[in-house]
Order: sequence, then C-alpha cells, then structure tokens
Amino acid sequence: MRRYLIPFVIFLGLFIFLGIGLQLKPREVPSPFIGKPAPMFNLPVLGKEQTSFSPDQMKGQVWVLNVWASWCVACREEHPLLVDFAKTHSTPLIGLDYKDKPEAAQNWLKQFGDPYRLSVSDMKGQVGIDYGVYGVPETFVIDRSGVIRLKHIGPLTKEAIEKKIVPLIASLQS
Amino acid sequence: MKHLFILLAGLTIGFVTPGVAFAQNNTAPLVSDNPALEKRVLEVSNELRCLVCQNQTIADSNADLAVDLKNQVRQQLSEGRSKQEILKYMTERYGDFVLYNPPFNAATLMLWVGPFLLMLLGLIVLVRQIKQRKQELSKETFSAQEIERARQLLDRKLGNQ
Repeated sequence: MRRYLIPFVIFLGLFIFLGIGLQLKPREVPSPFIGKPAPMFNLPVLGKEQTSFSPDQMKGQVWVLNVWASWCVACREEHPLLVDFAKTHSTPLIGLDYKDKPEAAQNWLKQFGDPYRLSVSDMKGQVGIDYGVYGVPETFVIDRSGVIRLKHIGPLTKEAIEKKIVPLIASLQS
Repeated sequence: MKHLFILLAGLTIGFVTPGVAFAQNNTAPLVSDNPALEKRVLEVSNELRCLVCQNQTIADSNADLAVDLKNQVRQQLSEGRSKQEILKYMTERYGDFVLYNPPFNAATLMLWVGPFLLMLLGLIVLVRQIKQRKQELSKETFSAQEIERARQLLDRKLGNQ
C-alpha cells in the first residue's frame, strides 16, 4: 500500500503546484510603485500644446491615469469601457498618450470618443519608462496625496473596473 | 559571439554610411561610434530582462521597449553612471523582475535554495535505500540445501563454458 501511496502523494503535490502555476499571469509583473508616490512629470496637453500638465495639479483628489496610444490595438478593446466610466463617474480620468503622434492620437479620440479630462503626450516614452510601463494599455489609480494605489496591466475589463477600480476609488474618497 | 557579430555589423554599417544610418533615425542611434561604450551597453543590457518578451534580455530583444531601454542604458552610461546605478534605476521602475539575474531575497529564496533542497532530499533517500538494502542482505540466511543448489548451478554454468 505504501509503495503506491508515496508516488501518488508526489503526483498530487506536483498536480497542485502546476495547477496553481497555470492560474498565475506571468505577464502581470508586480509593480514596485504600489504605495509609492506617482513619479513627477510635466508634459504638454494633447491638443493644447501650449499648456502643460503635471500630477501636482491633481493633489487633493483621487484620479485615474490611463496609458494609451493610437497604435495600440488592445486600447480599442478597453476604450468603450473608459467612455462608459467617464459618463457614469466623476473621478478625473487623465490619459497618457504613449509614444504617439499627436495628430494620430487626436484623430483616434475623434473616432472612438474622448473619455479623458485631458491627455498628455509622452512622445519619447520617457514618462512611460518612469511609470514602469511595458505594455500599453496600463491604468493607475492615484490617491489624494499622490500615491499610486493600483496598477492594472493590459486592457481593462468590465470586471476589473467594477470589482477593483470602482470600490478602490470609493474607499479612497471616503 | 552573436552579440559581437551584431556589434561588428552595426559598427561596420555605422562607419561605412555614417550620415545615412543615423540621419534616418530621429531618435537616438542604434549604436554609437564608440566601441568601448557599446561594449558596456551590451554588458548592462545583458543583465536586464525585456518585459515584453520576458525570456529575453533587452540586449537580445528588438521589441520597442527593449530598444528604448537600451537607449536609456547608453545615455546613462555616457553620462558616466555606473552599472549598479543603472540597474537600480531599472529596478525602481520595473521591479526585481527586470533583473535577468534574480537577486537573493525572501521572494526568491525557494528559487535559489530549492534545487539544493531537492538534491539533499534525493541524497537522503538514496543513503537510506542503500542502508536498508545492506541490512536486508546481511539478515538473509540460507539453508544447507539452498547453498548446495547454488553451488550446483554455478558449477554447471562453469562446466558448460
């Protein structure tokens, strides 16, 4: 009996570990930014290049930073959700247009709708690097004191917005 | 070897057509004309993981982000920053995962120690098995009949040859 039990236990152990391994998402690298202040930047506003935007201006309110680009196919997937979010929530949504041409970006917003309070253009991608962006789209939730509380990698889903982002914003605002 | 070849090829193109190769690029050139610097860039890039393709270093990868990060490495090296400073810069932004050679800490403990633990476990099992077998063999006794039969078998075999 023991002879069969030991291999079976080993098999079960491997089965459980591999099963857990399959559920993990290796693409979602834990961000070192959670709980750290959002990196500073000062970038021109898309469409109003004379004005600039810096995260400093958002001090005192909870806001969402969404990294997008007109060349990014997955951004099209999440965009309707963002448009919806902007309609139903008053939380400011700021776009970071990552490594994009401003004209292309503006056309894209015209075509698919503009949910952003404003977008800034990060043409060289330097701010993207500072925020540890490696796969557009990415979304950050930043609290009143300018600390990053959540990072979502890849396109947002209805589930992620309803179960993670909206409750987090509500708890940060209360 | 591959890196050396790419480096040489890049440098050759750079030397043969200096104006063309760089003028077409609005961003930073893919290789500078300083071989010593390029060697350092490769050295540092080989320690950084490309987060888009995950199993490649940024030196091996041609993903957009890898190229950007290589340019970042080149720029910082030419500004005189050390390898350690650059690795720190990258870790602050992308986490420990960006290091191709994972650091030894609580999260990576099993990664580093695991194989040795498994080897130790294997050794323990092996030693126990050998001891057990020895014990079993030494305990085994044979009757006079069995010994006689064994002798007969051995003799017959020898006789046949």
